[in-house]
Amino acid sequence: MIVAAAADAGLSWNLVRDVRQMFAYPFMVNAFRAGTVVAVTAGATGWFMVLRRQTFAGHTLAVAGFPGAAGAVWLGLGATYGYFAFCLAAAFLIAAIPTAGGAAAGRAAESATVGTVQAFALACGFLFVNLYKGFLGGVNALLFGSFLGITDGMVLTLTAVAVAILAVLALFGRPLLFASLDPAVATAAGVPVRALSVAFLILLGSTAAEVSQITGTLLVFTLLVIPAATAQILTTRPALSLALTVLFGLLVTWAGLTVAYYSPYPIGFFITSFSFSLYLLARLAVHAHDLLDRTARTPHPARASA
Amino acid sequence: MTAETADTGLTAMFDHPFMQHAFLAGTGIAMAAGLVGYFLVLRAQVFTADALSHVAFTGALAALTTGIDARIGLFAATITVGFALGVLGPRGHADDVVIGSVFAWVLGLGVLFLTLYTTHRSTGNGTVGVTVLFGSIFGLDASHAWEAAVLAALLCLAVIVIGRPLLFASLDAAVAAGRGVPVRLLGVGFLGLVGATAAEATQAVGALLLLGLLAAPAGAAHRLATRPYRGMGISTAVAVAVTWAGLTTSYLAPRIPPSFAILAFATASYAVALTVTTRTATAIHPPVQSPATSTAQRSPTSS
Repeated sequence: MIVAAAADAGLSWNLVRDVRQMFAYPFMVNAFRAGTVVAVTAGATGWFMVLRRQTFAGHTLAVAGFPGAAGAVWLGLGATYGYFAFCLAAAFLIAAIPTAGGAAAGRAAESATVGTVQAFALACGFLFVNLYKGFLGGVNALLFGSFLGITDGMVLTLTAVAVAILAVLALFGRPLLFASLDPAVATAAGVPVRALSVAFLILLGSTAAEVSQITGTLLVFTLLVIPAATAQILTTRPALSLALTVLFGLLVTWAGLTVAYYSPYPIGFFITSFSFSLYLLARLAVHAHDLLDRTARTPHPARASA
Repeated sequence: MTAETADTGLTAMFDHPFMQHAFLAGTGIAMAAGLVGYFLVLRAQVFTADALSHVAFTGALAALTTGIDARIGLFAATITVGFALGVLGPRGHADDVVIGSVFAWVLGLGVLFLTLYTTHRSTGNGTVGVTVLFGSIFGLDASHAWEAAVLAALLCLAVIVIGRPLLFASLDAAVAAGRGVPVRLLGVGFLGLVGATAAEATQAVGALLLLGLLAAPAGAAHRLATRPYRGMGISTAVAVAVTWAGLTTSYLAPRIPPSFAILAFATASYAVALTVTTRTATAIHPPVQSPATSTAQRSPTSS
């Protein structure tokens, strides 16, 4: 079967045959495994991130993976370790800085801090890339992702970390939801809001490190923010929108991988475009629904006759 | 002098035309970034600059793919998106999730253009994406440097012209609107200026790093001075100083890319401002909570 697949790698529009042919390659099987793991993790964490309006922090954590990966490659370690080390370090840094700012720290100064941390992280990544000669072509893979060359070991690591993240989220999900929706009431009820927010930043850092390895550091944001934003437009019920987030994440990842396999264009473009189309569709659907609802509920004589 | 052009010492630095161009463009761009950045931090719109930096990447690569000057795409994309964010902003109330979703997709488009450019154009080379993302200020020729400097001067002039009403509108929008200041128009115009500044800064430090040049000197200035005009001065001076220091460092140690050196000095200046002000603040009034700024601590008791 592998011989047959290798002889003909084009799209035949026979779905069963095409899918079977795609999965004849071990690298595609691994890409789908890793993509599935990453999409589920990103969906679950991203849902809380969008709920907590921490998109800027999430973006910065994602970007912090770039110097980590570039530095690890420069030092001859695996990029995976670099991603995790730097994303987690950035999470601790962002968690620590607002308190270190003291009384004088306003909202504006806080965003300046996050922006500075982000730009500096990227600059460090660029320095490492420059120090490691002959690596410039690999920059694009680090920044924009690549689904090629995912080994069995990487899939195993990704799965282990994903299980840990999801277990922690399942354990702290309810108090975290409470703390995210109404921090004041949660504090009064004895929920450790501050500790939860630090813990969540660490989870977000780990997730960003996971997702970076598939989508690249610059496009992590796509899987973190867009499926969650889409689901939260469609429904306000927490359990349902969380499930929808994971579903959307899986759909766009699988579709992106499939289309990228059959086309010469990068996977990042397809994943972002599919997610963004879903987001636009959701907005349109809600808008149309509101409009219908309003016309149905107010039986205006003029409109009824029209 | 001609014998010394090969010299890499500090005294011979300005004998190299590429260093003259880098200093000329860098100074102008840093001044514009410092001034615009001050208002950006004041208005808490740093995330908007983050979005614009990604738009800059896509704009430049779209222009390169279609075969026109990268700067045309750069300025067209950032100024258009700047205005668009300004027009959509007040109604959506600075929705970071919407901005984030849009710029994630714009970046995806940028990746597509990068692939198209590197695979389909015969003149394309593999490192063009890296150049747009991380800048190449040492690669500017005389005409590019002059154009960048003149444009930066115009941007500074524009910020100074709208400076007073913009300051008023940023500090207290309601009162400013009551006094007849066109708050909304100023907000939209300002984001257009941010877009142009982002495109300018892309030429110096690259699309991904311009956020640091906008945020770090301005963040330091907000820490060091409460009076606005002094703050603007500090922000501009710090931006220019870190650019000069970065260029010089990169010249003396060629393995360090100039955009990294500039960003490293900018981050250091912000870190110094942060520690200095934190120490003096705790020394003057030790444990007192300022109720106006620490909303996080205040909200539990107020509800």
